[in-house]
Amino acid sequence: MAETAEEIREHSKIYLKVLLTLLVLTGVTVGASYYDFGSVFLAVFIGLFIATIKGSLVACYFMHLIHEEKLIYWVLGITVFLFAVLMTVPFLTDANSVFNN
Amino acid sequence: MVDIPYTVKPHPISGLYSGKLGVWLFLASEVMLFGALFSSYILLRVGSDSWPDGSELLNVPLAMLNTFILIISSMTVVMGWTSLKLGENGKAKIYLWATVLLACGFLIVKGFEYGDKFSHHISPATNNFYAVYFTLTGLHGLHVIGGIVVFVYLLTSGSKLLEENPEYYTNRIECTGLYWHFVDLVWIFLFPALYLL
Repeated sequence: MAETAEEIREHSKIYLKVLLTLLVLTGVTVGASYYDFGSVFLAVFIGLFIATIKGSLVACYFMHLIHEEKLIYWVLGITVFLFAVLMTVPFLTDANSVFNN
Repeated sequence: MVDIPYTVKPHPISGLYSGKLGVWLFLASEVMLFGALFSSYILLRVGSDSWPDGSELLNVPLAMLNTFILIISSMTVVMGWTSLKLGENGKAKIYLWATVLLACGFLIVKGFEYGDKFSHHISPATNNFYAVYFTLTGLHGLHVIGGIVVFVYLLTSGSKLLEENPEYYTNRIECTGLYWHFVDLVWIFLFPALYLL
């Protein structure tokens, strides 16, 4: 966390850079959606990859995760693991049908 | 009356003030809530023979405008908090009211989108695509309304705390800001997932 007034002002400049990057990446996301990548999988991957970069910028800088206490990282680590399990469920369902056939 | 401990000073073990730890735990539960809906979306999409292209059915320019609005509102929140840290209370209030206005702008744009769909007799019952669209954007919209309520409270009757205990008030704004950034973060993923892919 920023302590001195100077450090806080310095952080404000970083926030502005993050904002501009997020706005540009939003334009890139829309632009990429009109480009024909040849496969739906690649288009989805690129779309979500850009969204992940944008989400990481928001989490790291606006939510100050780059200099947070260890306990928060533990909470988020467990959350990310459970989220990954949740995202795997649809594909496991699909795999089940593959194994049954 | 017993004071709530560690509202300003960090807890010696966690290194965090209580509100911040509470908000992060709440956000963890929110990740699972939206995660469950995203998982359902994937299940429905992967399991169906055909799935419509969101960009052909939904209004991409309006959604892009809403993305810009939410991203800028995230900036105004963090600048409001920064201003409070610097003791520039008047400036902080301007930034936070700007956040409220931007949030209202987001809802108005979303209202136009929903209005257009309803006028064409399109509802969640139309098909799976619209069921997912209305559920995810509707829940997200409710979160935006929740954020507006908290910000308006903190800027009106809740602002007395700013005079009595500025550090406590700044921490409350930080906690609300964390929630607001999460709402922005969810939209960052909803936008391509529903409108573009």
